[in-house]
Amino acid sequence: MTAPILEARGITKSYGHVRSLQGADISVDRGEVVALIGDNGAGKSTLTKILSGALKPDGGEIRVDGVPVTFDSPVAARRHGIETVYQDLSLALDLNPIQNLFLGRELPAKGLLGRLGFLDRAAMRQAGEEAFRSLSVRIPDMRGAVANFSGGQRQGVAVARALMWAKRLVFMDEPTAALGVAQTRNVLDLIRRVRDSGVSVVLISHSMPDVLAVSDRIVVLRHGRRVATFDAKRVTSDELVGAMTGTLELSGAA
Amino acid sequence: MTEATSAAKAPIAPETSAPGTAGPSGPPPGLGARILARPELMIFGSLVIIVAIFIAMNPTAFLSPINLRNIAVEASMMIILAVGMTYVIITGGIDLSVGAILVFSSVCSLLAMRWVGSDTAIAPVVGLAVSLGSAAVWGVVNGLFIARTKLNPLIVTLATMGIAMGAARLLSGGVDLTGVPKVLIDEVGIGRVHGVPVLVIIAAVFAIVAGVVLHRTRFGLYTYAIGSNEQGARRAGLSVDRHLVMVYVISAVCAGLAGYFSLSRFASTTIAGHGTDNLKAITAVVLGGTSLFGGSGTLFGTTAGVFIPVVLAAGLVIIGLPSFWQEVAVGIVLLIAILLDQMRRKSGSR
Repeated sequence: MTAPILEARGITKSYGHVRSLQGADISVDRGEVVALIGDNGAGKSTLTKILSGALKPDGGEIRVDGVPVTFDSPVAARRHGIETVYQDLSLALDLNPIQNLFLGRELPAKGLLGRLGFLDRAAMRQAGEEAFRSLSVRIPDMRGAVANFSGGQRQGVAVARALMWAKRLVFMDEPTAALGVAQTRNVLDLIRRVRDSGVSVVLISHSMPDVLAVSDRIVVLRHGRRVATFDAKRVTSDELVGAMTGTLELSGAA
Repeated sequence: MTEATSAAKAPIAPETSAPGTAGPSGPPPGLGARILARPELMIFGSLVIIVAIFIAMNPTAFLSPINLRNIAVEASMMIILAVGMTYVIITGGIDLSVGAILVFSSVCSLLAMRWVGSDTAIAPVVGLAVSLGSAAVWGVVNGLFIARTKLNPLIVTLATMGIAMGAARLLSGGVDLTGVPKVLIDEVGIGRVHGVPVLVIIAAVFAIVAGVVLHRTRFGLYTYAIGSNEQGARRAGLSVDRHLVMVYVISAVCAGLAGYFSLSRFASTTIAGHGTDNLKAITAVVLGGTSLFGGSGTLFGTTAGVFIPVVLAAGLVIIGLPSFWQEVAVGIVLLIAILLDQMRRKSGSR
């Protein structure tokens, strides 16, 4: 069996006296959607931040394709093909969607102009439009500031940015929290299509219907530890809630 | 200078156009919304109207070469400060220290030129280098404090303003110094090429280059990105701290260049003459539609914003009104500008 594309073991992290993570484990295989759920304060967000390079763990080990790595910044994680859709979307609202897609990874103009810091705007525009089209993300205005977009459209930009660059894995932190029914369905469809293209997804969500609809496996965190892993096809919403709150101690526990 | 600004208009158009269709169901944006999204065009329109009124009231005096030259030279001193201020304000910061840095660098520059000998050929070059270099030091200080310690830019630059001004007075003994090389005064300060003052040509080229960098290069893009969402910029892998330091260095170096021009124009340091330069520069930038919240603004707008107070001051005298009306008018326009900025932010629901 091949090594998981991302594996974390025994991750610990404390904020002062608060022990947010007390030896959390998670592993993600290629082309798999893993949901990460847990009550408020269970450590989902902290674990996500550590695995996407936004936060340094106190202890534990992270492996990419079986090789130990350290993520000291989001850039380090990105270098391993790991992207994140942040809950706040992390968009530069005054910039247009194309500029947001390429922020930090602009295509330089050819030759001397490129060395002077000029950008190949036509190439970025073309590649960006292509990315939006292939992901079926509808953008009202390629030249307009993202600030003028609706919540769903901004979400589309943020998701497309992550998917455009992710080679291995995308973390999605509450991607449907601010969306209506139709938009939520779009995001879930998008997650399935990403999975089918061979890129894995870790979905952090409070919405049990979303989690059950789209994930292959469900990892439950409680008090900073993984307390259970479920096969999404053979679990009910009640069982998940039971594992999250601790009323159900499970055989599936790690 | 007016040629320069209209020429600058085309390449320095802003990236973000009107707020197109807000979605399949959204109504098309009205004229009000579209104007709201392009504040620099509004201020440019106001400038054109003001100029037209003055021309209509007294064409011979307003269009006289001496009046046009005066307006252009006044504006060219201010535009250099306003260029740096535009970068700073787009990052969401502010720089109150520019006037003091101008004075400090001009004192250092003049002392250096006197030390090598004002008559020597290298004096102007030494003076320029010392002026820009001594200014850049203050930019590094501002930038490091603002980027690394997260102190409020308003307070950091208020502090460095005081320190730089005091240091300038200590260095000069509190009195204005003379001894500016004659060649500098003749060739730069009052020099002309085909009737156009050299200061104006340099300022126009400077503003156009700064505009191209801001609107067309990666450096400019990052300036907007940081002002738009600093945390997002960090997550995207931008070296935010380094960029902020560079932006404050740019602002300071602009002040150093303006200090050098001031020496060449007035043939002496003008220690007491720059107490409100910082506020004038901020006024020009905000009039020009740059948002004090950061993230948006154009150098084209700043250019128009620089000209409005200068044209008003010159024109009011020509039509026989007390020039104090200029201060009143600029204040009112400034209030309108920031009100519109506020409305724009709300309509974008940030």
